[in-house]
Amino acid sequence: MHRDLPLDLSITRKLYVKINSQWVINQVPNAHDVLFRTLADPTRRALFERLCREGEQTVAALTAQAGVSQPAVSKHLGLLREAGLVRHRHDGRQTHYRAQPDALAPLIDWTGQMAGFWQSRFDRLEDLLKRMDQ
Amino acid sequence: MSEQATETRSVVVEREIPHPPAKIWRALTQPHLIEAWLMTNDFAPVVGHRFNLRGDWGGTLDCEVLAVEPNRTLSYTWNFAHDDETYNLKSVVTFTLTATRTGTHLRMEQSGFRPNQKQAYGGAKSGWQQFFAKLEQVLARTD
Repeated sequence: MHRDLPLDLSITRKLYVKINSQWVINQVPNAHDVLFRTLADPTRRALFERLCREGEQTVAALTAQAGVSQPAVSKHLGLLREAGLVRHRHDGRQTHYRAQPDALAPLIDWTGQMAGFWQSRFDRLEDLLKRMDQ
Repeated sequence: MSEQATETRSVVVEREIPHPPAKIWRALTQPHLIEAWLMTNDFAPVVGHRFNLRGDWGGTLDCEVLAVEPNRTLSYTWNFAHDDETYNLKSVVTFTLTATRTGTHLRMEQSGFRPNQKQAYGGAKSGWQQFFAKLEQVLARTD
């Protein structure tokens, strides 16, 4: 892995140290981190996916299929709400939840960037193919 | 949460290219041609061959050839080592070529990104700005 130390290693290090010296940043997780952390849990992700797929649901309906207790479901839904991934409304004794798929936008951010990278490289590839002999 | 490292994501880019698979295969496997569209490299189309891709931003990717099926499939690892685990990238890039009536359907899948990945491509962000302008177009095409 270190056969060829890249020239930018010092730059990378500096960046790293700089990040580490600013612990304040790490103590206040940004929206990205919250989103990733929230969706890293399989139960929460399943709840969110179900709300995206099937639309608004009551806590009772979600619990019936979640495989965990109602307090656990409520706790997960609370965390999804804090991350902005779901919204809720009260209707009598029932609480209804619905997904907010727009909250996923920051998550597709870097995959979008990587896709953008490959798209531009494929542009170059096509330019090259035009120049190449058959 | 402890096993979140097993959760991965992929990026897929597909394109119809009006050239035959054999010609694209050359562009994907000959070092001087790879350099013309991707990065400088010491690639060889041999399974197990280890090589580096050097980006114009100065970063170096560690790669190893995983699969070579001439004119059809090429796969290699695309790793970027970083002290901070959330910047560390271990991914696999797979190119799949399918002949069509008009040329080739080229598919690139890069898999292995973790949900907590901080940077998809490792290294500094500098040098990649050119792609962000294109990103807008890409995203506009997405929906």
